[in-house]
Amino acid sequence: MTMGSAFKQKTQKTLLYAVLTLGLIITAFPFYWMFVLATLSRGEIFSFPPKLWFGDNLVTNYNNLLSFVPFFRNIWNSIYIASMATVTTLFFCSLAAYGFTFYNFKGKEFLFGMMLSTMMIPGVLNTIPWFIMMRKFGWVNQPRALYVGGMASAFGIFLMRQYMEGAIPRELQDAARIDGCGEFEIYWRVVLPLAGPGLGALGMVTFIGSWNDFMGALIIMKERTTYTVPLALRSLQGAINTDYGAVMFGTALGVLPILIAFLLASQQIISGLTAGAIKG
Amino acid sequence: MMKEKAVPASRHFWRRRVAPYVFISPFFILFFIFGLFPILFSLWLSFHRWDVISPMEWVGLENYMYLLKDDWFWQSISNTIKLGLMSSIPQHILALILAFILNSQLVKFSKVYRTAYFMPYITSTVAVALVFQIIFGTRYGVMNYLLTPLRDYNWFQQLLTWLDLTFPIEWLGRVHTIKPTLAMLTIWRWTGWNMVLYLAGLQSIPHEIYESAKVDGASNWDLFWRISLPLLRPMMTFAVTMSVIGSMQAFDEPMVILGTGGGVGRAGKTTVLYLYQTSFEWMDFGTGAAMSYLLFFLIIVFSVINFRFFRRER
Repeated sequence: MTMGSAFKQKTQKTLLYAVLTLGLIITAFPFYWMFVLATLSRGEIFSFPPKLWFGDNLVTNYNNLLSFVPFFRNIWNSIYIASMATVTTLFFCSLAAYGFTFYNFKGKEFLFGMMLSTMMIPGVLNTIPWFIMMRKFGWVNQPRALYVGGMASAFGIFLMRQYMEGAIPRELQDAARIDGCGEFEIYWRVVLPLAGPGLGALGMVTFIGSWNDFMGALIIMKERTTYTVPLALRSLQGAINTDYGAVMFGTALGVLPILIAFLLASQQIISGLTAGAIKG
Repeated sequence: MMKEKAVPASRHFWRRRVAPYVFISPFFILFFIFGLFPILFSLWLSFHRWDVISPMEWVGLENYMYLLKDDWFWQSISNTIKLGLMSSIPQHILALILAFILNSQLVKFSKVYRTAYFMPYITSTVAVALVFQIIFGTRYGVMNYLLTPLRDYNWFQQLLTWLDLTFPIEWLGRVHTIKPTLAMLTIWRWTGWNMVLYLAGLQSIPHEIYESAKVDGASNWDLFWRISLPLLRPMMTFAVTMSVIGSMQAFDEPMVILGTGGGVGRAGKTTVLYLYQTSFEWMDFGTGAAMSYLLFFLIIVFSVINFRFFRRER
């Protein structure tokens, strides 16, 4: 009897690990192969059976990539836009969250609810008029087009409020007032330094989202020099004799920084991305 | 700081009342400019013919009437729904199973698995689409390479015939394989995200419930069906709603892999892809705007159905 159930448990466990490992292979393979492809020539990529181990075409791919697009300029554009998006989002969202967490004011519940409900509006409704506005503003090809609109996102405010409510005691506000702090000063000197982990999670999420944005950049950025990384990759792929080695080199290079950031701070990123869902 | 102390109490009071409105105002200002105004403008635009350059011309409901009679529009809607179902259903089932396994404490290193499964979510769709395009290549792809050993088996040949396919499979070159192939990409990218959501939901269920059920002789199967699933319903409502909203707006993957044409027989032409083509390639912004409103209407309908479905069973 006990022998049987022990055996059953063992097979069950083996089966579970088999399922999980298979999932792991399927998940990881495209990442692995992306880096392999970055080292192969076009001919090797299109050979059969496919080459599954690294080749020696890395340098050629690198040079080819740079001859097609100003890729480092594109990377810089992505870094600049994602950084601006991150800094402004952190500031405006934490400030609004501070307002929603540390004050009682008329219409608070209503305004908060209204803000949350805007999260349900699908982006597609915005795409066309947004493009037209950007043209009117003269923001086509301007990085600011891609971050100004989202500087105070409802998701970010919600996330920061969740964090502040749990982690920062309200008594600090009274104590700071007794010390003579102004209202903004309380935020800047007392609340913000204590909001570190929340800011970290929101910052990561914002950076990744902005780095990966495709449609917005596709509509706004019309010059090779203003392309972000996803656009540069897409423009390469459109050519007739696409050098896939170069494309894959660029793809790997574009994924690498985000991948490293994720592996360094995965717990924070996961909790940040899912926080909205868990309490909501 | 010194001056602050000299301010009369009434001014402090006033400042405290106004301050929160100032702090939350950036959201509302930005929302009015970049959210509400464009949405209303888009509605206005949907009753016009406009190519951005010449003056706007009022056409009433013409754009909507045109779309409702447009075969391509209906095909794009059907493509979007089919693609959404093909990707969402397997993705949520897989995510639930994986989340249950990782939460069951039967396996070690569950955090490592969680991180690994979540990884696809952080990559840009463009990068993923480019890699998948090669994985699913007809003459050189890994997918067909893996299937090659099966070629000699009779049942595999019969399966292929039954599916109206020939080996090597043209994953992205046949009308009836384009959508499943795109769906596989979406499943790969989003299963981990949903798994993390479900895992978070499962972790909020107290372990005592499971323990006492086990004492009563419940199997793992019972635990999954009788305890985890019912208690996960709120999270499922949320996760499925997000999938509905997301898959109704599918754009990045088909755009990168197939272009605005949508591939052979327009089999991968989603509504947003068609909207993009209509607006930004054909410069017909009025029809594009009308399309976005029709799609919005459909998203609302599906969200409500989904909401009802998950609530009724409670």
